[in-house]
Amino acid sequence: MITKENYAKEIKKYQPKPKLFKNCLKAFIVGGLICVVGQALSVMYIELFGFTEKSAGNPTVTTLILISALLTGFGVYDRLGQFAGAGSAVPVTGFANSITSAALEHKSEGIVLGVATNMFKLAGSVIVFGTISAYLVGMIRYLVQQFL
Amino acid sequence: MKTGKQSWMYNQGVFVQASAAVTGPKEYQGPLGQTFDYSYENLHCDEKNWESAERALLKKSVDICMSKTNIREDAIDLFISGDLLNQNVSSNYVAREIPSSFLCVFGACSTSMEGLAIGASLIDSGNCKNVLASTSSHYSTAERQFRYPTEYGGQKPDTATSTVTGAGTILINGEASDIQVEGATIGKVIDYGMSDPLDMGSAMAPAAADTIVQHMKDFGRKPEDYDLILTGDLSSVGTPIVKKMTEQSGYDIEGVHRDCGLMIYHSNQQVFSGGSGCACSAVVTYGYILQQLKKNNLKKVLIIATGALLSPTVVQQKETIPCIAHAVVLKRADA
Repeated sequence: MITKENYAKEIKKYQPKPKLFKNCLKAFIVGGLICVVGQALSVMYIELFGFTEKSAGNPTVTTLILISALLTGFGVYDRLGQFAGAGSAVPVTGFANSITSAALEHKSEGIVLGVATNMFKLAGSVIVFGTISAYLVGMIRYLVQQFL
Repeated sequence: MKTGKQSWMYNQGVFVQASAAVTGPKEYQGPLGQTFDYSYENLHCDEKNWESAERALLKKSVDICMSKTNIREDAIDLFISGDLLNQNVSSNYVAREIPSSFLCVFGACSTSMEGLAIGASLIDSGNCKNVLASTSSHYSTAERQFRYPTEYGGQKPDTATSTVTGAGTILINGEASDIQVEGATIGKVIDYGMSDPLDMGSAMAPAAADTIVQHMKDFGRKPEDYDLILTGDLSSVGTPIVKKMTEQSGYDIEGVHRDCGLMIYHSNQQVFSGGSGCACSAVVTYGYILQQLKKNNLKKVLIIATGALLSPTVVQQKETIPCIAHAVVLKRADA
């Protein structure tokens, strides 16, 4: 007997279960492949353009962001995201997608109040927590170095 | 006339004169594609932005509906419309081009039957002669308002639904025609504590079940009295729940029930658990169902449009999702 009180429990059998293992596997493979592309770009910048291992990081990330922004504009990245989940959301390409997609979405309201105001709508939380956690980890590292 | 607790019977006779269903490209590719009056070839509906696209759909459905009758635009006493966007903008902006009184309604995805029930009631009471009732929804405007930007690569669960891009309009008055609007049951707001906006089938099923059971009690009917009991957008998640809930109240709808959200797309169209949105019940009913009634393939149907009355802001404030369902009986006048 389904009642208001036991509703959430009773209807569990009708709700499709998230395919955890399959989703994890897809995320692992796609996320890994994005990293392979990043590594290949890094090697290219070192071998062909004379960057060092350390300085190749910036052009590599920039290139990945450009690719992700283009794929978002062409309507490909959202489909990749549905397939790969965290695999395409966690790398820097996912961050770029969140910014580009918000910018595209709000284009109709103008450059300033539309695109500029809204483009960090989704990415804002990543920036906030990224900055806070970088600060905290930096402080911990500093304190550990002082006392050890 | 009031019938039972929550129902109205239109004793004076309210009849359907014309209707129109307009959709986007994905709906055209679905199983009911050929039953729509017009389908745009692109999601932008040849407009600059998504919001204008939704207005274009709504306007087109009004125009097509009007073109099917010889009733002139200035003979329309009342235009009733509603949609999903803030301030019901699609309806309000389309209404400025229609030279008649206007009532704007919001019932989320239950708007189609809410508008029809109110319109029929006003004709039955003699306050209006000709009423035009419309509703619209658009995949991308709904995504933007309720979820994320359309190109955002977030992963949705299988319980999610896909908003139907489309608009439906119906023209009713008191002059006899093939199809009669017999009565309506107005739903209560029901909240069973579900809070996941990506699982609206589970949230809306209790509201649908409540309205169906109330309808049967108010009219003293059984599910077998109908050729079809059609819910709006419960999807593959809510459908088995509503069957179970009505069955435990003593009304087994298994044999006669279908859901618009499961009829409008093929299962391989990547719509998760089915279609949703105001247009879901509207384009299926005002297209396919009315055509079937006209052809005498169906004699009497009960349409229950289901709405999740959620706001993204309030849901983020940890509130649950209130839901509602309104039912309207459509039947062949000779049945």
